[in-house]
Amino acid sequence: MSKSFSVKKYLRPLLLPFCSGCGGITVMSEFLRAANELGYEKLDKFVFCSGIGCSSWIPSPHFVADSVHTLHGRSIPVATGIKLMRPDLHVIVFGGDGDIVGIGLSHFIHAARRNLDILVIMVNNMIYGMTGGQVAPTTPFKAKTTTTPYGSFEYPLDAAKLAVTAGACYVSRWTTAHPKELKDSIKKALRMQGFRFIEAVSQCLTAYGRRAGFKDSWEMLKWFKEKAIPIESAEVMSEKALTGKIVVGEFVRRKRPTLVETIYRTIKEAQK
Amino acid sequence: MKQLRRENIRFWQGNEACAEAAVIAGCKFFAGYPITPASEIAEHLAERLPQVGGVAIQMEDELASIGAAVGASWAGFKAMTATSGPGFDLMQETIGWAFMTETPCVIVDVQRLGPSTGQATKCGQGDVMQSRWGTHGDYSSIVLSPNSVQEMFELTIKAFNLAERYRTPIILLADEIVAHMREKIVIPIAKNMEVINRKKPEPYEKAFFGLQDIPPMPAVGEGFNVAVTGSTHDAYGIRFTADAQEHRQLVERLNNKIQSQAEKLADVETYKIDDCEIGIVSFGCTSRAIYEAVEKAEAKGLKIGYTRLRSIWPFPEKIVRQLTETAKKIIVPEMNLKQIFYEVQRVSNGRADVIPLNKIGGGELITPEELLEKIEESA
Repeated sequence: MSKSFSVKKYLRPLLLPFCSGCGGITVMSEFLRAANELGYEKLDKFVFCSGIGCSSWIPSPHFVADSVHTLHGRSIPVATGIKLMRPDLHVIVFGGDGDIVGIGLSHFIHAARRNLDILVIMVNNMIYGMTGGQVAPTTPFKAKTTTTPYGSFEYPLDAAKLAVTAGACYVSRWTTAHPKELKDSIKKALRMQGFRFIEAVSQCLTAYGRRAGFKDSWEMLKWFKEKAIPIESAEVMSEKALTGKIVVGEFVRRKRPTLVETIYRTIKEAQK
Repeated sequence: MKQLRRENIRFWQGNEACAEAAVIAGCKFFAGYPITPASEIAEHLAERLPQVGGVAIQMEDELASIGAAVGASWAGFKAMTATSGPGFDLMQETIGWAFMTETPCVIVDVQRLGPSTGQATKCGQGDVMQSRWGTHGDYSSIVLSPNSVQEMFELTIKAFNLAERYRTPIILLADEIVAHMREKIVIPIAKNMEVINRKKPEPYEKAFFGLQDIPPMPAVGEGFNVAVTGSTHDAYGIRFTADAQEHRQLVERLNNKIQSQAEKLADVETYKIDDCEIGIVSFGCTSRAIYEAVEKAEAKGLKIGYTRLRSIWPFPEKIVRQLTETAKKIIVPEMNLKQIFYEVQRVSNGRADVIPLNKIGGGELITPEELLEKIEESA
């Protein structure tokens, strides 16, 4: 790895659309660092699928690679069609929490169940950011958003736990305050097969932090650091003690027959 | 068709003919979700596609089915999905995305009786306007309408060819009757069947979304670094979410590439349209009643002609106009509450008296007798 590495070699010379202090930029650069450290000089063996939302603009059209910017919530089905017909390509899905576990939740569960060979990186900013800060399925209880002015009366979804239950081969959660861990986790996932899910808890000062009383992104990162509990410690903690905490670490790493394997075995048998 | 051999004659169900035609047209990917009366297409392709090295998968819903099909198309393969009204509703957003990203694919809508769950196993023709205007925004669709098992076969192949030729989603608007009935079908030998494949870019090309009416289409993984988006984009796939000129240029080109070909795309069967007093404009299963009705009407000395639409959208205006110029009365039988009727009325522009004949419920067909009665009333 050369010291002069710049993520720019993977990027089209376009202005990035993100607000200053956006956590999505951290996720973008950690992904590209991971690709670089794994020795990918170019991203030509990758296909990036994304939906609608701020984080869906991470790859599209910025990465010098094939990028398919789909509809809100439908990146995983499109990735399914691509991966099944081109099993030789790395298919990566970038999406936000609203995209992946809001409108697109059923695709997420089924892709994990099928063990579709894709890596889903979910940038969880706990809010619908692009539309201006509405409550999301991941918004913390009591948080004030534009559609929950008195505080959210719903409990958030734990996407990482759900992915484990649904059958994913690799699941981890980190925050943008843990960039090195996030990068290492991406590297690990890129070397694996099957359905892989990485949740990157990320700060959105513009649409979430401001209303939650944070002065700047730095404060939000400090909040992540304070609330982060390693999964090993969380396992022995009560549900009450874990309320409001962010459990980070590797939730699962296992081997299961992947969809590409089982489907192509079926095709082979049908052709006999 | 002259070189037919005996073994090319089959007794098939409409849905089976559609599935077999897809295989012949080069379809390598099918994704669907169970729905009456389209499920046989999925069942048949689940058996057939793996035999030819293709993938057939049942997805979690129709949103995922069409999404996967569009994805497979960008992977460089011909792809299809099949559904009925309720599923067709769910697919509309992605149909718009496929139109905007210029993705060839085939969507089969085997119409059943709506609205809503309606009479789920019965025939209807209520999705005619939905197949034209179903997704939001300004778009154009190409829609084919078979009236027999033979046409389920022929028009499925045609749908794939048009999708590849025009780089756009094509809708095969079948109905429960043509999809479920069994009848004789003659399969032309392979070399007599035209199969069209999409235009691929040269290695130096970079504009996959403009600069020409129908740009070449790369696949992912070919090194073109293609940026696909349903947002307004320039010729190179770069998003422009606010630029008025980029939007006009893109959306006008996408519509124009279809509308400018309307005459070429018109696929109709006509009978005595230059010399009739009463005309019929018909499509799909309903059009099966016209032959007997016309024969009986002619036996009674009536001067009658018809236009049977095998393509519905773009509406074959020119040929229907021809009929409205000769006939004084035009009957439009439909198993809905007037959809094509208004198109005929628009094209007729007051020249002919356009008479609706509508029947819904129970999957009951408009019979030749009912049509004949209407013809005699109009005479």
